[in-house]
Amino acid sequence: HDPTNPDWQERDRFVLSKGHAAPIQYAALARYGYFPLEDLMGLRKIGAQLQGHPDMNRTPGVEVSTGSLGQGLSMALGIALALQLDGMEDPRVWALLSDGDCQEGQTWEAATAAPHFADRGGSRLCAIVDYNHLQTDGTTEEVMDIGDMAAKFSGFGWDTVEIDGHDMVAVVEALERTRGLDRPAAIVCQTKKGRGVSSMEGRFGFHGKPPSPEQAEEALTELEELFERQTEELEKATGELAAITDDGDGDES
Amino acid sequence: MAAVAEPTATRQAYGKALVELGAEHSDVVALDADLSVSTQAAKFGKEYPDRFFNVGAAEANMMSMACGLAATGKVPYCSTFAIFASGRAYDQVRLGIAHNELKVRIGASHGGVSLGEDGASHQMIEDIALMRAMPRMQVIVPADYNQAYRAVLHSYEHDEPMYLRFGRPATPVVYDDVPEQLNSVDVLREGRDITLIATGHMVWRALEAAESLEKEDGVEAEVLNVAIIKPIDSQVVIESLAKTGVAVTAEEHRTVGGLADAVREVTAEQHPVPVFAVGMGDEFGVSGTGEACMEHFGLTSRGIADRAREALVLKPIVSHPPLHGPEWT
Repeated sequence: HDPTNPDWQERDRFVLSKGHAAPIQYAALARYGYFPLEDLMGLRKIGAQLQGHPDMNRTPGVEVSTGSLGQGLSMALGIALALQLDGMEDPRVWALLSDGDCQEGQTWEAATAAPHFADRGGSRLCAIVDYNHLQTDGTTEEVMDIGDMAAKFSGFGWDTVEIDGHDMVAVVEALERTRGLDRPAAIVCQTKKGRGVSSMEGRFGFHGKPPSPEQAEEALTELEELFERQTEELEKATGELAAITDDGDGDES
Repeated sequence: MAAVAEPTATRQAYGKALVELGAEHSDVVALDADLSVSTQAAKFGKEYPDRFFNVGAAEANMMSMACGLAATGKVPYCSTFAIFASGRAYDQVRLGIAHNELKVRIGASHGGVSLGEDGASHQMIEDIALMRAMPRMQVIVPADYNQAYRAVLHSYEHDEPMYLRFGRPATPVVYDDVPEQLNSVDVLREGRDITLIATGHMVWRALEAAESLEKEDGVEAEVLNVAIIKPIDSQVVIESLAKTGVAVTAEEHRTVGGLADAVREVTAEQHPVPVFAVGMGDEFGVSGTGEACMEHFGLTSRGIADRAREALVLKPIVSHPPLHGPEWT
């Protein structure tokens, strides 16, 4: 992707099917320079570009508008088919789904269609499921148990892996291995909502409620510590990976 | 672009014109949900298999896929029965297509009760209301094969999201040739006593009703065909009503939210005259042949003519000029 040219044809596409996580997407887009960081303060305010759910016509970097659960995987599949028609070599399409998305029937219409259209673009598609087991009214197990998501996607014909969604090394590895597959890929990420923030982790009361300023301050401090630790781990892991790759190159030359 | 003279279904024009668009424009793609033979999209699929996607019985998926295709530069034509296009997939059309202002065309076939035998579950009689209420969505209901052909070509030349309603049965032609352009409202017959305003399959019946009114009652009825119900060309409607002072609308659809209300919205604000309606009341369709269903609900030339006769009796009572203030013009 290219923040200076959001419409660059060869870019990968990202669809936030769980559109309620828009603030995280906005933060990432702002950090990359799609719009000024100050714009983040306009979130959900009248006249601002950052709507409550992603809006493709208002926010650069947003590929399609989402927010009504269950539609994102179908939209991502449509994008993948169009890229194939255009004869693009590289671009891939990533759709981030929530467990609520997977309760909507439409997700399984798309899950059926993507392998069917694998050689017409479907294999460019990767579904990342943020399986955090919490929804508005309680845990998914209490409200509507969606069970073994990896087995479901696998049963629908997807190349499926299940990982700890907080293990960044595992995340990067899982994303890398989706390249060059002959069918769509699903990465089921077992996650804990509020992970790394002791007052929020695994508690559903924060699903749709902003934290108080004190809670936010506390959370940010904890998250910064966690981020530093994880960055070190990731750098170490990628360093090892680079070392292995370098060795490989050396043997060939 | 061959016009037809014999009775032909408007859905046939969808299939034929789509093939023409496909030949001229490589960005045109078509999607269908396991009804492509009925909707006629299969013709496109046969000519351009690489650009045709049959998604099976999954209309919601089809509409959202069309959103993704259009967001990536394609011009998707999505076809299925009107019931599924507007009812089952409403939220997908709303967020993915209308809200995003994407150039997606919804080819909704088998609209109204004239689809016949399948009965109430399949006879969509509220789609015009649903789609008219949806922000940014244009609503097009062609009167015959020839106008339907033009409507499909017209849809490629414009960018707004569009809902096009087609019908199942072969119906008489109203336009001798494929019209040069698609107008919101065409005056098909001039008259000074009453305005018959019809859409879709009711247009040829309105023309028949006008004949009967002339022969049997000496009444000169003006007949308007409304092909683009949203946005409606209010000027043509007002000009006619300024002359006749009373209207009867005719549609194969609920009168709530359909053509009747579209006309009433115009007249109530700009030129208050009585508007009577022929259409579906607060009821569902039934099984029968298409024509038997139309008869059953009074969606016939006789039905229109009778309503016009009632309207003409009431016209001097309800459309008299106000006692004070300027004369109505």
